[in-house]
Amino acid sequence: MIFKGKVFKFGDNIDTDAIIPARYLNDAGEENLKKHCMEDADTDFSSRVGEGDFIVAGANFGCGSSREHAPRAIKACGVHVVIAKSFARIFYRNSFNIGLYILNADTTGINEGDLLEVNTDNGEIKNLSRNTVIKANTIPKFMSELVNAGGLIGYAKKKAGAYSHD
Amino acid sequence: MARKLTITEKIILNHTGLSDIKPGDIVNARVDIALGNDITAPIAIKEFETIGIKEVFDRKKIALVPDHFVPNKDILSAKQAKVLREFARKHDIENYFECGEAGVEHALLPEKGIVLPGDLVVGADSHTCTYGALGAFATGVGSTDLAYAFAFGELWLKVPESIKVIFEGKPKKWVSGKDLILYLIGKIGVEGANYMALEFSGGTFKHLGMADRLAISNMAVEAGAKSGIFEPDEITDEYVKTRAKRDYTFYRSDEGAEYARILKFDAGTINPQVAFPHLPENSVDIAEASSKNIKIDQTVIGSCTNGRIEDLRIAAGILKGKKIARYTRLIVIPATVDIYRMAEKEGLIDIFLDAGAVVSTPTCGPCLGGYMGILADGERAISSTNRNFRGRMGDVTSEVYLANPAVCAASAILGKIAGPEEVL
Repeated sequence: MIFKGKVFKFGDNIDTDAIIPARYLNDAGEENLKKHCMEDADTDFSSRVGEGDFIVAGANFGCGSSREHAPRAIKACGVHVVIAKSFARIFYRNSFNIGLYILNADTTGINEGDLLEVNTDNGEIKNLSRNTVIKANTIPKFMSELVNAGGLIGYAKKKAGAYSHD
Repeated sequence: MARKLTITEKIILNHTGLSDIKPGDIVNARVDIALGNDITAPIAIKEFETIGIKEVFDRKKIALVPDHFVPNKDILSAKQAKVLREFARKHDIENYFECGEAGVEHALLPEKGIVLPGDLVVGADSHTCTYGALGAFATGVGSTDLAYAFAFGELWLKVPESIKVIFEGKPKKWVSGKDLILYLIGKIGVEGANYMALEFSGGTFKHLGMADRLAISNMAVEAGAKSGIFEPDEITDEYVKTRAKRDYTFYRSDEGAEYARILKFDAGTINPQVAFPHLPENSVDIAEASSKNIKIDQTVIGSCTNGRIEDLRIAAGILKGKKIARYTRLIVIPATVDIYRMAEKEGLIDIFLDAGAVVSTPTCGPCLGGYMGILADGERAISSTNRNFRGRMGDVTSEVYLANPAVCAASAILGKIAGPEEVL
């Protein structure tokens, strides 16, 4: 898939409390998650972010809690791809499981407001504002199969179908 | 010759049909216990119902523990707890606990003998790694993962590399498991063990009990780790033998197993630690923290890290006959109903109340800024919990300092961050 949009840049160690604070976890509805996404890191993020925009961050993005509400909140905002230097592991697996694209790359040269074109198939990140191209690390084969199956539930449905034909 | 395996690799291997595994392999592993709470399980239940499987894989191998927002903090939380209850009733889930019989999940499951040595446990809560203290492979996953585990009793896992962490020497007075793990995170950083298993060993642990091991494994995730495991020994056996209602297995790492890193520390040189805002890696010695004259508004003693009876005994020992500082609050939260009952019988609850504390029913509550103990703008708390991220316990301008229960109790008395020796 190819996505084009502008960059919302964050630093290192953006934790899941910053992505979606626990005070809003009494409602897992998409509207609620969208409204409060990134609130404690960037107060009016949800009102400025648009369909296809990117979250670009430093190291250890998504550290902390296992709350799947975090990648769900990001997806609810119209963000399809998060690019960071590194990701915390539960956030990483949650993102694949729900079909949010996660790219590991050196994000040093990407700045707030840059326009990017990202190809999730080959990991190519074109910075249209700066005329540069960087390449993300390749995704393990199983993980891309997972996303292509529509996430873990898509994968599970296929498996459940196989069960019922046994 | 067969490859030498770590305890983590052995447990995972024995939960697959494979003959060998190595770090980096992605495997489907059989799950002994799949855990969810009132925040994460409602999403899992919703997803489970879309898969097209009518029955859960095993009604005895699922644990549902409402603990984060119970007793229900508001209508929306009540609805989430209701989703758990109705699912538990429909599928006759054996390990479902109402708030009057439950407590914080990671204190409850070991206490009830639901998780045991050698188990492979997945839980939709990052602190699921707590059960590594028992010699189990236990790791935090997401809600969709949990839905998958509910349906099939297995889950995809990447076999982690291991970091061996050896503590030798007798710890100083007032130094607990919490201090060792804060010290370690201070050394390796919040990303220092990302995707890896931490494996703890060394003579120090003969001097510390199961509560200390549980606190250490609990915070493995704060270094980014997938799990934090101890090789089971006689202390483990003592803890589990009266609780277990099924067989369990003690695994050990092979001599010559491969590690990504081996770290050695002399525990005898480590002092009580305080982790400054806003990351658990910002740990310093109590003397340094105390010298900065940091005033506090609230103290929290509880949570899946330090809400066990041993923790409450330590705190009560310091608070006995004393009052907390004026214009501050102390919230004590026994982590389970059984711990609450023990504290009552031992007279600890009276000590807390006499000191001016409020004692809550078991809940995660303020640890994650859920409810009951939320900080106002600019307020500061010292807490025996596990995370001090920005806004974790309330307003985004509030601050959380992490410490052991003894340091928390001393700080509550003086109204500033202080060590136990300053009040005794």
